[in-house]
Amino acid sequence: MRETLRKENRMRIELDINGSKREIEVEPRTTLLDCLRDTLGLTGAHAGCEHGVCGACTVLFDGVAVRSCLMFAVQAQGSAITTIEGVTPGPGELSPVQDAFCETHGMQCGFCTPAMILTAHALLADNPNPTREQIVEAISGNICRCTGYAQIVEAIALAAERLRGANRPKDARP
Amino acid sequence: MKAAPFEYSRPADIDEACALLAADESARVVAGGQTLVAMMAMRLARPTRLIDINRIAALSYIRTEGDDVKIGATARQCVAERDALIAKSAPLLARAIPNIGHAATRARGTVGGSLANADPAAELVLCAITLDAVIEYRADGESGEIPAREFYIGPMITTLPAGAVLSGVRFPIWRGKVGVGFHEVNARRSDFAFVSAAAQVELGDDGKAKRIAIGVGAATDFPLRLDSAEAQLSGTALDEKTVRDALRAALADVETLEDLHASADYRRRVAVDLAARALADARNAAQGKPHAH
Repeated sequence: MRETLRKENRMRIELDINGSKREIEVEPRTTLLDCLRDTLGLTGAHAGCEHGVCGACTVLFDGVAVRSCLMFAVQAQGSAITTIEGVTPGPGELSPVQDAFCETHGMQCGFCTPAMILTAHALLADNPNPTREQIVEAISGNICRCTGYAQIVEAIALAAERLRGANRPKDARP
Repeated sequence: MKAAPFEYSRPADIDEACALLAADESARVVAGGQTLVAMMAMRLARPTRLIDINRIAALSYIRTEGDDVKIGATARQCVAERDALIAKSAPLLARAIPNIGHAATRARGTVGGSLANADPAAELVLCAITLDAVIEYRADGESGEIPAREFYIGPMITTLPAGAVLSGVRFPIWRGKVGVGFHEVNARRSDFAFVSAAAQVELGDDGKAKRIAIGVGAATDFPLRLDSAEAQLSGTALDEKTVRDALRAALADVETLEDLHASADYRRRVAVDLAARALADARNAAQGKPHAH
């Protein structure tokens, strides 16, 4: 057993992180979350409970919201990962969802916020016109201890409305 | 919350996975990992080798074959949740799956992983027992199968042979005027159920129950079929009083689980109620009435 513990069994993997290819070496036991935070310096993915309960580590895995603490980095080989650092259109800018969170005060301490925003991005990519119930359902796996959720739901509804407007051709507007 | 060290293998097919598993008795197979990785983080599981079957494309099917819906071990729960074939031919699964964990865990979680994990509160295990599904596996280059009702023998304990890898599951298709119902109670939406109940009913042309299946989950070490209630209710019109009397009798002598969240009495009482609601939904759906939710 001690032999196993001492053994260096790092593996080389390639990931598409926020649109750029990264080749890194990780131990198999490194979670995708720890790899993002410690190896790649993307600390916007937050380490909360680290066993799949709080949702603070949510990232987009090939476009789908997943808990990055519940998979090992080696399992992500060849996949595209989007973290909160990757949703802004450009330096100093905010995504429409981030903007809506600011505007409706959809955050207080901010710990759950990156994961909430990524979850909202995944929801809106799939369903541009969610009902309140669908928004609540979508964020039900993300725990927030400050806001009471009301402004988060409001933020996502506002972002949805704006994104729908943005996608509509001008002459189709009422 | 860091897993102990382990070796990682990504076999190309299921027989290679079996060989890796046979070579190391402390190795574990990982599918979606939504339970196992958490257990490893808490060091409640310390496999020496993790055999990752996620990329075995041949295991992710959802198809009909004869009178069964066949689902491969690594079909994702989020895919099964939206699958048109499952909605049509295994509607109980379509009703139950949205109750599994959260969208973000269903995105990784697999049908086979949940069945192999055998959590007493697992919705898929309840469906498998309720519908007499058959669990399929590979071991030593050969295929085997075990009926779901013989597969589960305790909390997180199955009769899957050592060295075997669960490869898929078959759910029998019910034809005719079929309806389903599924209900569960938990502290927060999509958390582990304290009690869950599933029902599937086929009504005859006379409006009476021709075929009926009722299961209760999370109340006992593994989900329970209410055989005596099924026998009593088949051939009846499933009116509320008859249903409740049959369910109460079927659960009267069952030793239900007791924990911090719910007493044994609570679980028994709620099991009767949820099963009655699930049956009412199933009956109404079979009659073509819209689902009241």
